[in-house]
Amino acid sequence: MTTAVAAAGVGTATRAGVEIRLENLRRRYGAVTALDGLTLTLAPGELVALLGPSGCGKTTALRLLAGLEEADGGRVVIGGHDVTGLPANKRDTGMVFQAYSLFPHMTAWENVAFGLQMRKIGAADRRRRAIETLELVGLGGFANRYAHQMSGGQQQRVALARALAIRPKVLLLDEPLSALDAKVRARLRDEIRRVQLEVGITTLFVTHDQEEALAIADRVGVMQSGRLEQLGPPTAIYARPATPFVAEFVGLTNRLSGIVRGGAVEVRGTRIPLVQPEVPDGPAVALIRPEAVTVTSSGDAATGPLVGSVIATAFLGATSRVTVDLGDVTVLTQLATSEAATYPAGTRVQLVLRPDPVLIAREATGATPA
Amino acid sequence: MSRNRRLKLQIFRVAVFLLLGAFFLVPIGAMFEFSTRGVTDTAPRTLNAWLTIAQTPDLVAAILASLGLAVLTSLGMLLLLVPTMIWVRLRLTYLTRAMEFLCLLPLTIPAIVLVAGLAPIYLWMNLNINDSILTLAFVYLILVLPYAYRALYTGLAAIDVKTLAEAARSLGANWSTVMLRVIVPNMSVAILNACLLSVAVVLGEFTIANLLNYVNLQVAIALLGRANATVSIAVAVASLLFAFILLVILSFAGRPRARVHLEDTGLPYPGAAGGGLR
Repeated sequence: MTTAVAAAGVGTATRAGVEIRLENLRRRYGAVTALDGLTLTLAPGELVALLGPSGCGKTTALRLLAGLEEADGGRVVIGGHDVTGLPANKRDTGMVFQAYSLFPHMTAWENVAFGLQMRKIGAADRRRRAIETLELVGLGGFANRYAHQMSGGQQQRVALARALAIRPKVLLLDEPLSALDAKVRARLRDEIRRVQLEVGITTLFVTHDQEEALAIADRVGVMQSGRLEQLGPPTAIYARPATPFVAEFVGLTNRLSGIVRGGAVEVRGTRIPLVQPEVPDGPAVALIRPEAVTVTSSGDAATGPLVGSVIATAFLGATSRVTVDLGDVTVLTQLATSEAATYPAGTRVQLVLRPDPVLIAREATGATPA
Repeated sequence: MSRNRRLKLQIFRVAVFLLLGAFFLVPIGAMFEFSTRGVTDTAPRTLNAWLTIAQTPDLVAAILASLGLAVLTSLGMLLLLVPTMIWVRLRLTYLTRAMEFLCLLPLTIPAIVLVAGLAPIYLWMNLNINDSILTLAFVYLILVLPYAYRALYTGLAAIDVKTLAEAARSLGANWSTVMLRVIVPNMSVAILNACLLSVAVVLGEFTIANLLNYVNLQVAIALLGRANATVSIAVAVASLLFAFILLVILSFAGRPRARVHLEDTGLPYPGAAGGGLR
């Protein structure tokens, strides 16, 4: 089906992605700075996910790119053209919103055809392209349904088709999966990625869900307080976070007290190298991933800074998350489920910290997993 | 719920329905009975009063004038309120309270005060521009503002105006297209409600027309009542019936489309074969 659709000209066959540049974008709402000089370049056909907590400025960035809001400063460049001053309807962007945004009085195909009509495309072409694009998202059989006759996931797929049908230069996805249940969300996430790759359109995806961002994007930008903290491939963001904020926001992190000395941190008798060797000596909190902590058996009588009791095991499928109480702090570890099964609750265990480079957070220790 | 309890509930509902029905229908029935009485107590029933309506030129003129006023007022209200309210909701949200205050203000101003203020304006207008009764549409527009505002507000609140407008904008629609092709069709029931309320207010208005010396339907009924009570009552019943018919039309026009649930229908949807595509 999809091959036929692509051949019919819905997707990449007819259009390659374009480069998108956000240059030093600034936006304030009264006293609140939503965007503080954001600079970001999306390569043609690339999918970049902006990830961050509520209020970090990710949606503002997307709305400035769409032209739904005006920037206080900076430039938006789409395909080499400065569109900063253009209104939303002249920017050639397709957008899928967080809220269900299908026009309730129109059927699915009429929704998809709306943008084409705005571009004064003839009725026959309009109908053909609308149906083709609905087929692209797997909803060819739903053309005559109204929004209230479709599930949330189907509505968002129609919204995706509607955004793609106009063959925009850039696709903007504003948390399109957040209103869906977990199973549909995962399925639609893969569907969006498939369609995006098939069409080859440059895409900016905004989400607060780290799993979503890491799973779908070519690159992930983690934002905080209107600034880009780190931009890179998902693996780099997870494995080599540039700042403590990124380390704590992306994935689970244990916060363990230690002493920085000579470019390494000593945590409970284990010396671990630092990501930032320039950190001055002194007390610090090391941010350690659960998978960097391994577990070995310990005799009942054994004591030590890394000896404790298993207090909970969370089954995650192939892996399980085991929580170990060291007395003054609880530590999360991630083990293969078969291995975790050998440590039921109450078992005394010895933890081993892998000497992977870690980040240091300077604030007072909370001594709990973040 | 037990069967006994369901039965009691059903009886209660029917009783309330009958009581309310009697509350509305008994006076109307009495009016109809009065309008069909013969000249004497023993004379047979007659529809003479009803037939006389069409043969009373002043009354026909007043009915036409009131209908004309109802249409003009409704159109004016729609042209004034619909785009303004949509724009305030989309772009000028900080004006929402001020607009609500302005629109509800006429409720607090007695008709006599309105007339005191408007009389000099109407006098000037009659002398220099036009003395048509249709000029009353200006003041009626003010009268219907509170009712129309509430009806339209409810309609706007029921849809996600901002998201729909932004979706349409991102698809290339200009602002007029956003309003006419996206927002207005989704508040059609509210618009119909606002029109019905406006028509009802205009058809029932007496004080202002009377004080400004215009003869609309209610003034004509009052004048006729002094000369021929049965015809006057027949006209009153007819205007009630007219309002009732409007209400019925509205309830059918505004009925939401039947919802079809996926689990009820199976896939694909029967109408999806493309036959309905335009």
